[in-house]
Amino acid sequence: MITRNKRPVFINLFQIKLPVAGVMSIAHRAAGILIFVSIPFWPYVLELSLESPEGFARAAGIMQSNWLMPVYLLLLWSLFHHLLAGIRYLLLDIDIGVEKPLFRQTAMTVLVAAPVLVLLILAVAL
Amino acid sequence: MSRKLSGFKAWVLQRISAVYLGFFSLYVTFYLLMNTPADYEQWSGWVNSLPVMLAFMLAIGLTLLHAWIGIRDVLIDYIPMTGIRLIVMTLVGLMLSACGLWALLILA
Repeated sequence: MITRNKRPVFINLFQIKLPVAGVMSIAHRAAGILIFVSIPFWPYVLELSLESPEGFARAAGIMQSNWLMPVYLLLLWSLFHHLLAGIRYLLLDIDIGVEKPLFRQTAMTVLVAAPVLVLLILAVAL
Repeated sequence: MSRKLSGFKAWVLQRISAVYLGFFSLYVTFYLLMNTPADYEQWSGWVNSLPVMLAFMLAIGLTLLHAWIGIRDVLIDYIPMTGIRLIVMTLVGLMLSACGLWALLILA
């Protein structure tokens, strides 16, 4: 007997339970977008830092500013997550970690490792 | 292979640029952690040395390429309206090329 799906199907984002690798993948995207948005900031700081000794001091001040710290931490997480998830994708490309237990474990490792690295950096810096 | 930045070509370029940027960012991070420049002279001396400058310039170009391929994929996934997508893609392309030229002019 054929069981029919109830149609039409509406996609409710709150009812979809993404697997770990799915969450990691979405976060890889989000991190990439965050890094992209930060791009114009970097030539600005670079130019300032190479302008003159005064400019260097101002750029160093910007990089150490307290009110920008949450933004830097978010960007740091983005860079770590994007790098680690990227390495995982490259390994998947050469058939490493494609099987299920490892596939999930590496995704979980990436998800956990990125914030842990940010906290480590924060602990060293403070 | 087509001249367009899509399909298999984009897939390969995304991975080549990823590998370079991965090693480059690790190198820069560890260098700056180990030899944090104390003043302007040290910093500009390091950035303006030929190998470092070339490595930075290559990284700038590959970052633009990597960002373009990545953002293009995201826009294709989430913006079904062709007109709006083309406008947003144009703005992204302009922003990336402007930032890239700006950064290269600073270093040159």
